[in-house]
Amino acid sequence: MSEQLLEMSKIVKKFPGVYALKGVDFSLKKGEVHALLGENGAGKSTLMKVLGGIYVLDEGSITINNKKVHINNVNEAKKNGVSIIHQEIVLVPYLTIAENIFLGREPLKKNGFIDMDTMSRQAQQFIDDFDLGLNAKTIISDLTVAQQQMIEIIKAVSFNSDIIVMDEPTSSLTDKEVNFLFKTIQQLKKQKAGIVYISHRMNELFEITDRITVMRDGEYIGTVNTNETNNNELISMMVGRDLDKLYERTYMEKTGEKVLEVKNLSRKGVIDDVNFTLEKGEILGFSGLVGAGRSEVMKCIFGIDAFDSGEIYVGNEKVTIKVPNDAIAKGIAYVPENRKEEGLFLIKPVDYNISIKILNEFIKLFKVDKSYEDAQSEKYIRELAIKTPNKEQIVSNLSGGNQQKVLFSRWLATKPNILILDEPTRGVDVGAKSEIYSIMNELVKEGVSIIMISSELPEIINMSDRVAVMYKGSIQKVLEKEDMNQEKIMYYATGGN
Amino acid sequence: MSNLSYETKNDHIFLKMGNAVLQYLKENKGILIGLVVLCIFISIMNPDFLTTNNLMNVLRQTSTNMYLAIAMTMVIILGGIDLSVGSIIAVTGVATTMLIAVAGFPIWLAVVIGILVGMLFGAFNGYVSATTIIPPFIITLATMNIARGAAYVISDGKPVRVMDDSFNVIGSGYIGPVPMQVIYLIVFLIIAYLIMNKTRLGRHMYAVGGNSEAAKFSGINIKKVKLFAYTFSGFMAGVAGVVLSARMFSGQPTAGDMAELDAIAAVVLGGTSMTGGRGKIGGTVIGALIIGVLSNGLNLLGVSSFWQYVVKGVVILVAVYADVFRKK
Repeated sequence: MSEQLLEMSKIVKKFPGVYALKGVDFSLKKGEVHALLGENGAGKSTLMKVLGGIYVLDEGSITINNKKVHINNVNEAKKNGVSIIHQEIVLVPYLTIAENIFLGREPLKKNGFIDMDTMSRQAQQFIDDFDLGLNAKTIISDLTVAQQQMIEIIKAVSFNSDIIVMDEPTSSLTDKEVNFLFKTIQQLKKQKAGIVYISHRMNELFEITDRITVMRDGEYIGTVNTNETNNNELISMMVGRDLDKLYERTYMEKTGEKVLEVKNLSRKGVIDDVNFTLEKGEILGFSGLVGAGRSEVMKCIFGIDAFDSGEIYVGNEKVTIKVPNDAIAKGIAYVPENRKEEGLFLIKPVDYNISIKILNEFIKLFKVDKSYEDAQSEKYIRELAIKTPNKEQIVSNLSGGNQQKVLFSRWLATKPNILILDEPTRGVDVGAKSEIYSIMNELVKEGVSIIMISSELPEIINMSDRVAVMYKGSIQKVLEKEDMNQEKIMYYATGGN
Repeated sequence: MSNLSYETKNDHIFLKMGNAVLQYLKENKGILIGLVVLCIFISIMNPDFLTTNNLMNVLRQTSTNMYLAIAMTMVIILGGIDLSVGSIIAVTGVATTMLIAVAGFPIWLAVVIGILVGMLFGAFNGYVSATTIIPPFIITLATMNIARGAAYVISDGKPVRVMDDSFNVIGSGYIGPVPMQVIYLIVFLIIAYLIMNKTRLGRHMYAVGGNSEAAKFSGINIKKVKLFAYTFSGFMAGVAGVVLSARMFSGQPTAGDMAELDAIAAVVLGGTSMTGGRGKIGGTVIGALIIGVLSNGLNLLGVSSFWQYVVKGVVILVAVYADVFRKK
């Protein structure tokens, strides 16, 4: 039996009005990878923030290496050998990689000034160990999201901590980088470090973890050995009931009716000669690595970015789209990837967020038809089963899945024929995921055509009629339903043809 | 042998300095060109501009603004703003001169206490900004009024005269051809440069302004960083207040009116981002010089002070727009 490294027992954390953690137990052994699993809002991140000194616990105790510890701030957590890779990327955008890795613990020269040379050299060493091919003096904002995520990982590992918490470390990584991360984790295990691994990607848990602890609504549900459990058991522990199936899809008869056709779309340095058609009542998946230009294509179609050349046809009519309102007028709706930055008005209530694109339907000069707005908001809250106490609730108080549904509602209210969804289930828990799939299925049945960008291959394969695989700004291949599998998609996504 | 290694090390340092200068020129290319063009234009229109005497004058006139702008750069880099510095000039000037003229304090002690008064206002700004969620714009807007009011209250609204040459020399003295004010400026510039580029404190200011969440997660003491920057800003305003009052033989409750806005203009012209996280002291120096050269030049060309405001406003807009455009 390996040694106990960390023991968190009966942890309670209250926020004004809510119990975020209701007496949670968690333990970690040396050389173990222990997963924390649960829907969004289950309290996983909160528990780890208590361990990392971001939050201070209200009740309970933390024991590290058989010694009871009190962690009141970030530095005390570090002293006790805890380092955390946070879910959101927390790097300073205008500082260099080296400056970020050593932020708060810069090496000093004898005269008290920062020792730049040592700092750059050591940072470069870390980067080279990971074979990232980056210069330590590069400014963070010049990196891709995936690269930034790798820097977060390097930063956490560089502390030589006993306990490393990884909160969704792979959410924006490509397969190659995920492989690197897993190799690093194996290395850390050999060095007897303990790793807490938080992820929504089930297959990763089975690949890398030893034990899995499930949380729900701030409570401890149970701990299982990874090799003695399966997907269904975990999901039912997470949602508290059996989820009969995740994906729901009714395929429609092919009519061959084109609702959208894009010809020779190019934007210098971003997308290059993109051609595709979208047929009525289908879901066209868009797959590809991060940075392949998927969102960029959609932003051109929706009038957010200008394109250099190309033509867009809606139905059989050639259209000019210069601003988003041109696209909306043609029945196109776009639910963006980053719902917090590009989508929601977080500090505004649910009804405000739902009705913002249909104001012209109920505001005439000075006359506001409040009852129409209320009816619309309530309709979507009901139809999409948005879990909110009422329509006046501030959106930032909702869980990720419900926020996403609010954003869906906004665009459904515009009654689109063509719905573009950019990573519709990113950062959304299993329960909400399955609901979103079922909403998509209903829409398709009603004759709406959907373009779905997704980095999750199972999602692409199970939900799409066809999938367009992009590589370096071009569509490499469009695969039909019967040709779709993970290997084929990855093959084209990495430039094969 | 040891001689040889000494020389190679020396080369290394020169090489490093050369690189640093090149880097500086490259980073500030846009506004440097602007400054040079401005100087050429003015010296063609009026050859008196390029005399040593006048150039020293420009430096001297610019130095007060630079005192403020140096510290303002730090405050803006960490994501704040300090509107109170103009009023702090008045209150420190009045306090210092009153201590000498009314209370009979020795000059050195009055100067020290005067500067301390400035630091106290700055520390108050820093403390409130670090411990509450009141935006710094509002905090310093409040202290701007409080400090200005205090200057009027303690002086009863009248200038406080100090007819003492050993006080006056603090503001009007020269070392060789170089005004004392410029000497102080060089010292403060070196200190500020070292803080921003060589110390943890400086690095942490960039971190707090660039992403305060990341700063917090890295265990940086954000309160300490804020407290320092605002206190330093109060200190520099205190220095400006003392120097100005010494130069004018009097503490004036109206001194430093709108000086904070000139300082902010210099910072922004120098390429520092108003949203924090990005900027350089070196850029601010050029920004302040542009403002200084502009008003000196317009004076030489006989443009009325009414029109000077209009010209200054247009130059700020055009320069910042050109800079943003270039970086895009």
